[in-house]
Amino acid sequence: MALRQIAFYGKGGIGKSTTSQNTLAALAEMGNKILIVGCDPKADSTRLILHAKAQDTILSLAAEHGSVEDLELEDVMKIGYLGIKCTESGGPEPGVGCAGRGVITAINFLEENGAYDDVDYVSYDVLGDVVCGGFAMPIRENKAQEIYIVMSGEMMAMYAANNISKGILKYANAGGVRLGGLVCNERKTDKEYELAESLAAKLGTKLIHFVPRDNIVQHAELRRMTVIEYAPDSGQAGHYRTLATKVHANAGNGAIPTPITMDELEDLLMEHGILEQVDESIVGKTAAELAA
Amino acid sequence: MVQNAENVVDHFQLFRGPEYREMFKNKRDNFENGTPEEEVNRVAEWTKTVEYQEKNFAREALTINPAKACQPLGAVFAAVGFEGTLPFVHGSQGCVAYYRSHFSRHFKEPTSAVSSSMTEDAAVFGGLTNMVDGLSNAYNMYKPKMIAVSTTCMAEVIGDDLNAFIKTSREKGSIPQDYDVTFAHTPAFVGSHITGYDNTMKGVVEYFWGGKAGLAPKLERTPNNSINFFGGFDGYTVGNLREVKRIFDLIGAEYTIIGDNSDVWDTPADGEYRMYDGGTKLEDVANAVNAKATISMQQYCTEKTLDYIKTWGQETVALNHPIGVAGTDKFLMEVSRLTGKPIPDALKKERGRLVDAIADSHNHIHGKKFAIYGDPDLCLGVAAFLLELGAEPTTILSTNGGKSWEKKVRELLASSPYGKDCEVYAGKDLWHMRSLLFTRPVDFLIGNTYGKYLERDTGTPLIRLGFPIFDRHHLHRYPVWGYQGALNVLVWILDKVFSEMDAHSNVAGKTDISFDIIR
Repeated sequence: MALRQIAFYGKGGIGKSTTSQNTLAALAEMGNKILIVGCDPKADSTRLILHAKAQDTILSLAAEHGSVEDLELEDVMKIGYLGIKCTESGGPEPGVGCAGRGVITAINFLEENGAYDDVDYVSYDVLGDVVCGGFAMPIRENKAQEIYIVMSGEMMAMYAANNISKGILKYANAGGVRLGGLVCNERKTDKEYELAESLAAKLGTKLIHFVPRDNIVQHAELRRMTVIEYAPDSGQAGHYRTLATKVHANAGNGAIPTPITMDELEDLLMEHGILEQVDESIVGKTAAELAA
Repeated sequence: MVQNAENVVDHFQLFRGPEYREMFKNKRDNFENGTPEEEVNRVAEWTKTVEYQEKNFAREALTINPAKACQPLGAVFAAVGFEGTLPFVHGSQGCVAYYRSHFSRHFKEPTSAVSSSMTEDAAVFGGLTNMVDGLSNAYNMYKPKMIAVSTTCMAEVIGDDLNAFIKTSREKGSIPQDYDVTFAHTPAFVGSHITGYDNTMKGVVEYFWGGKAGLAPKLERTPNNSINFFGGFDGYTVGNLREVKRIFDLIGAEYTIIGDNSDVWDTPADGEYRMYDGGTKLEDVANAVNAKATISMQQYCTEKTLDYIKTWGQETVALNHPIGVAGTDKFLMEVSRLTGKPIPDALKKERGRLVDAIADSHNHIHGKKFAIYGDPDLCLGVAAFLLELGAEPTTILSTNGGKSWEKKVRELLASSPYGKDCEVYAGKDLWHMRSLLFTRPVDFLIGNTYGKYLERDTGTPLIRLGFPIFDRHHLHRYPVWGYQGALNVLVWILDKVFSEMDAHSNVAGKTDISFDIIR
């Protein structure tokens, strides 16, 4: 099959890396050859596949060797569960340097050194938000064709999903990138499923899968494993397999997102009764003032 | 000595006058907090020692006088080689001022290039608006046939996406939908000017062959007998490309020089200003897809470009800036093999004349020790020629040379008995070279204009060969390729050898026993 490139985006801590690694493990079970490109200075996009704390990143090795030109592909690429090829861009410590440039450097290095040869899937796992041009590298033309946004029913996760859609929209008009869909990682918030469905509809996409919360994910994580590997017969593994199948079948079905305004997002929460209509008369009043 | 209008004294004389000497002394004594002269002399002597060299080579976080420039310089060099093409550098203005002045100082010709003038706000919000407005201004004011976009550090650090930006510019109507704009990401903090040349050439070829960034269908290749030619980043491009064309014509080859900047850097003074002149025709770049093969004169300037061309099924031949008999032989025999045409007698005669000239003068070069620095391919070409002349290269240094270059130089050195005492330094700078000239002295240094500081500090005579050459005029008009080119290089080397002999034998009654009229 032609090389398929996908990317996972989403708010920090939402479970992007867990969701992506489980999904990719399921895709590997289906016989796909996979390359993971972790685009997060935390470098935790491959730990479940490699059973490692964190692999040596391209940028840390480059700093050690003097320059990225001194690296060989073998130095930075580790092979994990079911032959999945793992790389991490890495990046600077918090508060210094430019992590965005790090992503560009790492992806250019991988492409130029043939990491993309002989794989079916390249998956980018990108931190938090599309905060600068560097973190948009995976959605440039000839990179990821579809973006999957991992989110939950929490307000800020939905806010982040909307923001990421804005980033995708910027590149979708000029290039080929599309929003593949939302993946809801259940947080057990009120009416989570309905909310996720509505947000997907508003963004002009679909809720590709609703991954229920299950503690088995945590058990697997503690063993630095995916659920697919740790408990292949569990219900949760089944969910990830379903998600993988849906992603696999979703080639070419992505949409150009239609991001909404902050007001529209709040309206959405109100519609579902999560947020109450704000009484404008109380805004900015202290407790004492209100009691008076 | 103060200036007066009747007798204007130039800077050579003026600042040596007593008033200025006194002023400089006062400044030094009273304001500069200068180090005492004996301490300066002590340290200067110390920098000549092996002990200092060891410290110098242990340097990790500091580069002093690198013998290389940055990627966008190479991008501009490549871009002006296309018909009516304006180099457009996406980034800050100061960078582009540097490329323009750098080339103008070397070629003594104006070099046109524009910038998208990114400033603080563009760094924060991205350079899209600069691209959209810049392309529109450049297109409307300078009426180029094509715009070739490259980038400076600033645009690269913030991750501006050229392909998307140029598409958006078309959509916003700043340039016509079907107008040719090629692009290449050329971060100045990666590689050197030769990498920028490579990226730009690949960008141009990929644009025309691979479907004009989505504007047209990908080309179909119908192989013919023509060959493509890349010169690489070359300070002698004016003389060299004309010589190469003459050679191709003598052989009767069908050829396309991709990136022919020999005319734009040598425009006649006939009253007409030519912002663009000559250059490879755009339809010729597109037709070059059908060529049988592509020859590059400089392997390390065209690695990515040749890899791309190979994917189209063309044979590629990469040489290393061939200078001399064997280097030119190889070049001509490759052209002959690829075109199926014999090497004409006229060229064979030129070869014979070069061999004759070498035989006439080799005794003055034989056994002389040389240090060479410069771009990776140039070093290889010069070293090969020196070995051919019986000279002994003992130090070869290239700041932008890597491991594979180093290996290649060692192989070359191993092929000749004259190469056995040579050390090769990849990734080192001219301050390393300074140490080496003290600890491993040579008879002559070969390098660009910046070598004159090494010549001054170490007393090693400099033979100017490379880029840039700012302080000697018109050398770029002379080829160094082909048998005729090798003859030029031979003459430049000999001129220095002889003027050194004269300089060391011209004291009447002391050394002038060797002050010969015949050499």
